Amino acid sequence: MEYVIRFLMGGAVVSAFALLGDILRPKSFAGLFGAAPSVALATLSIALLQQGGQYAALEGRSMVIGSTALAAYSFLVCQMLIRFRTTALRTTALAAIAWFAVAFGLKYALLDW
Amino acid sequence: MIVRFKWSVLKQSSWYEHVVRFGLGGLTGVFAGAVAQRYGPTTGGLFLAFPAIFCASATLIEEHERKRKEAKGLQGARRGQQAAALDAAGAGWGSIALGVFGLCVWRLAPTSPVKSLCAAAIGWLVVALLAWELRRRLRRVS
Repeated sequence: MEYVIRFLMGGAVVSAFALLGDILRPKSFAGLFGAAPSVALATLSIALLQQGGQYAALEGRSMVIGSTALAAYSFLVCQMLIRFRTTALRTTALAAIAWFAVAFGLKYALLDW
Repeated sequence: MIVRFKWSVLKQSSWYEHVVRFGLGGLTGVFAGAVAQRYGPTTGGLFLAFPAIFCASATLIEEHERKRKEAKGLQGARRGQQAAALDAAGAGWGSIALGVFGLCVWRLAPTSPVKSLCAAAIGWLVVALLAWELRRRLRRVS
């Protein structure tokens, strides 16, 4: 049941932010919603209710690292699309490797080491 | 430059695009929760900033822009890639605001759980707007 709630909440919040990103102009402003805390809002609300503040705080700390990885990912996607003229699908899929590398690299360097 | 709503865009998108985004968003929420339960909140928290729907959104932006240009008899492929690149640049600036969201939850959640989420949401919005304004000014100067 918990996973159904997670799915519905995650889907609803992500869709709402995506819709905002669609209708807002200019495009550079709408792009801000590509990095909206959509999954975070749903997940952290459940975490706060079920596991409490300390647990949510640990997730928040890792989220800061994840957002650094997202910045690197976005920069890479932007540069690849402009310089190498690859399709958006291929570019975003390839750049996901960079997200994992930066996110887990920073986590290891800052939190686990 | 004034921020405005362009409602006509809604007519361009079809129902399956919304279903895909809802599904991807829902799956990412489930995945982040499952990772946190299996490997702990430190690993699960990373996925709160995972570009879950970015792939679908960028592809849709590219496709819409390409079709719009091709309908006018112009070469749309390059323009589609540029539009997706602009969206990615915006997301890059937005990731600063996402970091502030995480920072607020990290620092405030242990003492005031509910307030931390409200502060994080307000912090995200304020920093996102400031980041966009900063980007605009930097582009004007350079």
